[in-house]
Amino acid sequence: MSREPLTGSRIRERRGIAGLRQVDLARSVGISASYLNLIEHNRRRIGGKLLLQIAEALEVEPALLSEGAEARVVAALREAAADRADAAAELDRIDEFAGRFPGWARLLAELQGRGVALEQIVETLTDRLAHDPHLAASLHEVLSTVTAIRSTAAILSDTAGLEPEWRDRFQRNIREDSKRLAESVQGLVTYLDNAGDAGSGATSPQEEIERHHAEHGYHVPSLEPGGDGDPAEIASGLGSATARFAMERHLRRYRSDAAAMPLEPALDQVARTGLDPLAFARAFGTDCAAAMRRLAALPQDRMPGPLGAVICDASGTLTFRRPVEGFALPRFGAACPFWPLFQALSRPQVPLSVPVAQAGRDGGRFRAYAVAQPVLAADFNADPLLEATMLLVPEEIAVQTGDHGDGATVRQVGPACRICPQPSCPARREPSILADGF
Amino acid sequence: MGKHVLLIEDEPNIIEAIRFILSRDGWEVDTHANGQDAVELVRRKSPDLVILDVMLPGKSGYDILRELRSDPGSEGLPVLMLTARGQAKDRELAERIGASRFMTKPFSNADMLDAVRDLVSA
Repeated sequence: MSREPLTGSRIRERRGIAGLRQVDLARSVGISASYLNLIEHNRRRIGGKLLLQIAEALEVEPALLSEGAEARVVAALREAAADRADAAAELDRIDEFAGRFPGWARLLAELQGRGVALEQIVETLTDRLAHDPHLAASLHEVLSTVTAIRSTAAILSDTAGLEPEWRDRFQRNIREDSKRLAESVQGLVTYLDNAGDAGSGATSPQEEIERHHAEHGYHVPSLEPGGDGDPAEIASGLGSATARFAMERHLRRYRSDAAAMPLEPALDQVARTGLDPLAFARAFGTDCAAAMRRLAALPQDRMPGPLGAVICDASGTLTFRRPVEGFALPRFGAACPFWPLFQALSRPQVPLSVPVAQAGRDGGRFRAYAVAQPVLAADFNADPLLEATMLLVPEEIAVQTGDHGDGATVRQVGPACRICPQPSCPARREPSILADGF
Repeated sequence: MGKHVLLIEDEPNIIEAIRFILSRDGWEVDTHANGQDAVELVRRKSPDLVILDVMLPGKSGYDILRELRSDPGSEGLPVLMLTARGQAKDRELAERIGASRFMTKPFSNADMLDAVRDLVSA
């Protein structure tokens, strides 16, 4: 909500209270009555000095006329009305309401803010259960152990004349399993304790950005050629400075990618060559990384299937993540060094196409395309600054759209060490909670 | 109808319990704990029924089921899927790719026996 509409209405209201005619107030501050009329009807912006003069003439605090808390209240009321359109709140009388019942208006605005905050927390918690691989893996461990205990206990109690050897064996199993269950549950409780409250978790920059993407999708129509979107303005909706910075950077690049590979030709190209980023890059004369970013930014409902994408800098830090079902991207901590993404960093400029399967529950088969490229034109005698990009296309979609691969063996990759079931891995850097760990 | 079951599951104590229950019920039980070569093992052992855990090391139970269903030799083989996740989405996926039955952990021994008997007599 901009401040002007409100300021004008308020001047009009205050003038009424003061019993002044429009023409009198206009004269006293040295403007024409018709100009004041425009201001009062919120058709002209009102500057600082004039606002001060009017406030003086009306004998009120300038802050009473300008925006401040009141404007925020009205904005929140509008938001509340929009969220619950069924209530048919009288939007045309919103200023009147906020002006006549400021306390009630503040209360309603506060409740609106609280409601939104709670919704976000709920969303984060739901998201945790569905997508936090650590939590999912821990619960799986608990359920497996409970299954073994339940079954074994039933055998012990229901089998008449159970031989002593069997009895001993099952008792031992129950003892082992109950110990394991106790440990898993303890680990789970510790994890949940340390995870902190959902509110603070929800505001980590990465989660903020992800939530933004989840809500708005990866395709941003207003940044397509001819659109009037502004990366800085879109990013300003995010809470933390870190998230705003990363989002603005991402969106600026989005805009230049979109200019180089316009929407309709890009979709036509997908119809012709599928999700093969190299064919796509050749068609538009761009580099392979730009092609991958663009493919990951096309509207999902017009694509042949789901796809995921990750970008990392030369330190291996993930700077962009577009998750895809079947390929877990670690929520915190680092990823698996066997991802082709990281391999690409050691072979700059060489585009890779590697069939991968992610180990573990829900792991799917994907074609991973990856390339590492310099992000800046290298300076004289300076090493280039590399960035790697990886596009993940479900194997069946890759094949459907014409890329049958070259028969390379499928590479087993992990999500992150902690939740990776690979028993012996030369790259393991911490024990898995799935094996003997915990 | 024969009573030969192949149990593909990686949790040793679950394997032991199921093997015991089914053996007592007169079944010949083979077990296998790895997803990677499970399909090949099914071909070799040609059981009357497969009990298949979804989450296995090496290869997911869903992938194994897909392969079994695409092979004429095993497209009609009764397969009981076990999973620790009872979400509708998992169940739908299992049904779509051809699971004969879907069971959520933790299950009771009686349910397991009923399911196995049903599947083979059907």
